[in-house]
Amino acid sequence: MEPLALLPEICLLVGALAALIGGSFLPRQRQWVLRLVAVAALLAATGTAVVGLADPARTVFTGTYSVDTATGVARLVVAAATLLVIGLGVDELADDRQESETYALLLLSALGAVVLAGASDLLVLAVGFLLASIPLYGLVGMARTPVAAEAAMKTYLLGALFGITLLLGVTVLYGVAGGSAYAELAAALGSAPSAAVAVGVVAVLGGLMFKAGGVPAHFWVPDAAQGARVSAAAFVTTVPKVGALVAAYRLVDALPGTVDTRLLVGLLAVASMTLGNLAAYAQTDPRRLLGWSTVSQVGYLLVPVAVAGRSDLALPSLLVYLAAYAVTNLAAFSVVAALPDRRTLAAYRGLAGSRPWLAGALLVSLLGLVGTPPTAVFVGKLTTATAAWDGGSAWLAVAVVVNTLASLFYYLRWVFPAYRPGEPVERSATGAFAPRPWAAGAAVVAAVASVVLGLGAGLAWEIATGPLVR
Amino acid sequence: MTMLSLVVFLPLAAAVVLAALPRLSDGVARWAWVGVTIVDLALVVGVWAAYDAPPAGALAFEERAKWIPGVGSSYHVGVDGLSLPLVALTAVLFAACAVYALRERDRPRVQAALFLFLQSMCLGLFVAADLILFFVFFDLSIVGMYFAIAGWGHGDAARSALKFFLYTFLGSLALLLGFIGLYVAADPHTFDMAELVAAAPLSDSPLAGGLVLAAVLIGLAVKTPTVPFHTWLPPAHTDAAAIGSAVLAGVLLKMGTYGFVRIAMPMLPAAWRDWAWVIIVVGVVSVLYGALVALAQTDVKRMIAYTSVNHMGYVVLAVGAAGVIADSDAQARSVAVTGAVTQMVSHGLITGALFLLAGVLQDRAGSYDMGAYGGLAGPAPRFAALFALGAFASLGLPGFSGFIAEFQVFAGSIAAVPLTALALPGILITAALFLRALQRMFTGETRGRSARFADLRAAELWAVAPLLLLALLIGVVPRPLLDIIEPAAAAVVQLVGR
Repeated sequence: MEPLALLPEICLLVGALAALIGGSFLPRQRQWVLRLVAVAALLAATGTAVVGLADPARTVFTGTYSVDTATGVARLVVAAATLLVIGLGVDELADDRQESETYALLLLSALGAVVLAGASDLLVLAVGFLLASIPLYGLVGMARTPVAAEAAMKTYLLGALFGITLLLGVTVLYGVAGGSAYAELAAALGSAPSAAVAVGVVAVLGGLMFKAGGVPAHFWVPDAAQGARVSAAAFVTTVPKVGALVAAYRLVDALPGTVDTRLLVGLLAVASMTLGNLAAYAQTDPRRLLGWSTVSQVGYLLVPVAVAGRSDLALPSLLVYLAAYAVTNLAAFSVVAALPDRRTLAAYRGLAGSRPWLAGALLVSLLGLVGTPPTAVFVGKLTTATAAWDGGSAWLAVAVVVNTLASLFYYLRWVFPAYRPGEPVERSATGAFAPRPWAAGAAVVAAVASVVLGLGAGLAWEIATGPLVR
Repeated sequence: MTMLSLVVFLPLAAAVVLAALPRLSDGVARWAWVGVTIVDLALVVGVWAAYDAPPAGALAFEERAKWIPGVGSSYHVGVDGLSLPLVALTAVLFAACAVYALRERDRPRVQAALFLFLQSMCLGLFVAADLILFFVFFDLSIVGMYFAIAGWGHGDAARSALKFFLYTFLGSLALLLGFIGLYVAADPHTFDMAELVAAAPLSDSPLAGGLVLAAVLIGLAVKTPTVPFHTWLPPAHTDAAAIGSAVLAGVLLKMGTYGFVRIAMPMLPAAWRDWAWVIIVVGVVSVLYGALVALAQTDVKRMIAYTSVNHMGYVVLAVGAAGVIADSDAQARSVAVTGAVTQMVSHGLITGALFLLAGVLQDRAGSYDMGAYGGLAGPAPRFAALFALGAFASLGLPGFSGFIAEFQVFAGSIAAVPLTALALPGILITAALFLRALQRMFTGETRGRSARFADLRAAELWAVAPLLLLALLIGVVPRPLLDIIEPAAAAVVQLVGR
């Protein structure tokens, strides 16, 4: 029992409860106080997570929770990403009827993502899954539009379905291994019947794919990205992935070689990136395009999971890519949040001439998602592809490269109107570009952070390099 | 010593300043651009003056700083006889473009920032001594060029820019795949060029070596471009603005050919020798096909674009011949590689000048169609004289740099592989097409759009004339340049032969 090892998690929980309870007592005009509470909780979580990185890697609570580099980086990324989400959502959420509830749900879901990342026991994994999922249904449905209702329904149904498969998988693995801790799985599954192990692993991975928004549980992602409020969309396409992918890495790493999990993950990776790219081609709504783009990004992020333990580069590359993806994806969503009324790509025409900084942030984030240097995602993609090759799966490296090329086209479809020269700002129903201030600021901050993280990748890599304990 | 970093990042710093000052007047922006490129050129001249040929396998003005030690990548730069001439070419050509653009009316401040950014990327690529650093500059130069074409082009610029971006991005990703293969094969894993050259991984595994070489070659061939990867080039050139075309042809194409001598040959010598015949064939086909298609063009800019395919074909031919080591002596192969590097410099100067001159046609009369002009020498004698000089230089007339380059390419290649003489008709066809273009546009009675055609203005003259003067200078006094290139070329030949 080491409660102090979980200080960042405790900060998130306290913040969530304070926001939830405080919301009942504060009048709507004074709910900004709770925004400060949420921000304070996230800052405290970030600070304690940074301090915690220096601690020795170990498991706590009788081997059910890992406090190691992966958990530390996940805490940092989740807290920082949630801060950015609140930053880009201030304009949208301020004085809203559900402002305090939104903060509470964001913090709870963030906590769930962290627990997912740290879990080294199937039962803790299940708890983390539920904690990360249930607030999402509320967040997606908060917008109270028909589209949002549909998205919430879809998310809920898929979440329920894959939640059940996850629990089923947990049960099966527990049954054949005689224990639920990953250390026990690693020791016992080698001699267990491989068919049962395969069923259990596939079911658990299915649940994690729902959280990550990857094939085959990706159907809710584009709808949620399109229908939910921008802040909620930014959150659900970013933060849960961090938890789910680290969890998948830990699980795959713990499994014995009797079942070829890595091949399965590799196939899921290729399916995700390819399907996400193909589906993004035809989109004209920037939010839906981003939704599909996140599906393809999950594919790239699964690549290091597919070579878990086979290359020294795999874990650090996953963690660096997660941080890079979070900040870059949030930069793109911030631009959308700054111009919420522009629902088509064509409506961004002339943005560069009118708002060069915002257009610059859009350019950096979209080229960043492609993987153009020197943004952080470039380092992520480069190292994941290298890790794949190094881990004996050169075909995955080829898949990453081919899909990257394929993705360039649809990102450019958005960049191009924004940089269309010599055109006056479109003065249709949406009028001139009048970006929302907080979201525009968040966009620039996130874009700069994406470049800084890329240039400072050496330091990030050092932080992300460390042992994985179970 | 941080001289090279200063050379590389000075334009970038200026670009950031220009981009961040939206209230800057157009005139100040234009002259600031010229000023920065001149200062950068002066720095490069300083580097050239202080340059001392480094021992084989080492670099002059070397700098190294940690970047991502976890994956064996560092900020490592330096110059040698292969890169220094191209660094100088880049500085000269960008300065010429800055002078040419003094007449630009369309968003000059943004254009200056973009081209300064592009200049930094090009310089950085030529001094990079780390594969990832090389790739970073390679990719960013594509992004910069995309905006240069899409933003200041004419005609169907958006489409051409997109084609350029997608095509060359394909090349850069193939290149990246090859780099990853080299990294994984090297023991210990590294992206450092010098260490990879010393290790020459994959020498013992022909299949893996061949595949990695194929990835690298596709990447470089798209950029160079060689047949059959050249189809992005004509539209990109035709629709880009004059300075965009000049930089694209003059500098960006060299990134591909530079990659052959810097990366493919020394790092994958065994695979290079195995596949040298394929490279030679691609080179010969590029020479002949480029020349023949250029002959068929009626659009001046397209014609010059296709002569680029032809001229780059000589380079590919020469580096391919350098890989055939049976029954040829190192001396001949070294001459071929020297010719190839000289051709890179020569083509940059001459074609850069020709594209700037072609831009004058668009500016004055709005057409590149040869048939629309006639007797231009009457109203525009200076234009006619410079264009004629450029054309003669490009077709390889003795006295110009092109002759020095192509003579060495053929002297070395034919000595190593007699069959490369098949490419000789390329020179003849190029001569024919340039003479025909000169005759159609400049001689005879003044007609069509030639009437009231204003002659070169001062900015245009001062941009183009120095380029052609340098081409002439190299043609007459080639020794200073060759003294720099020859030791490095001999080193490459020795590395391929090991």
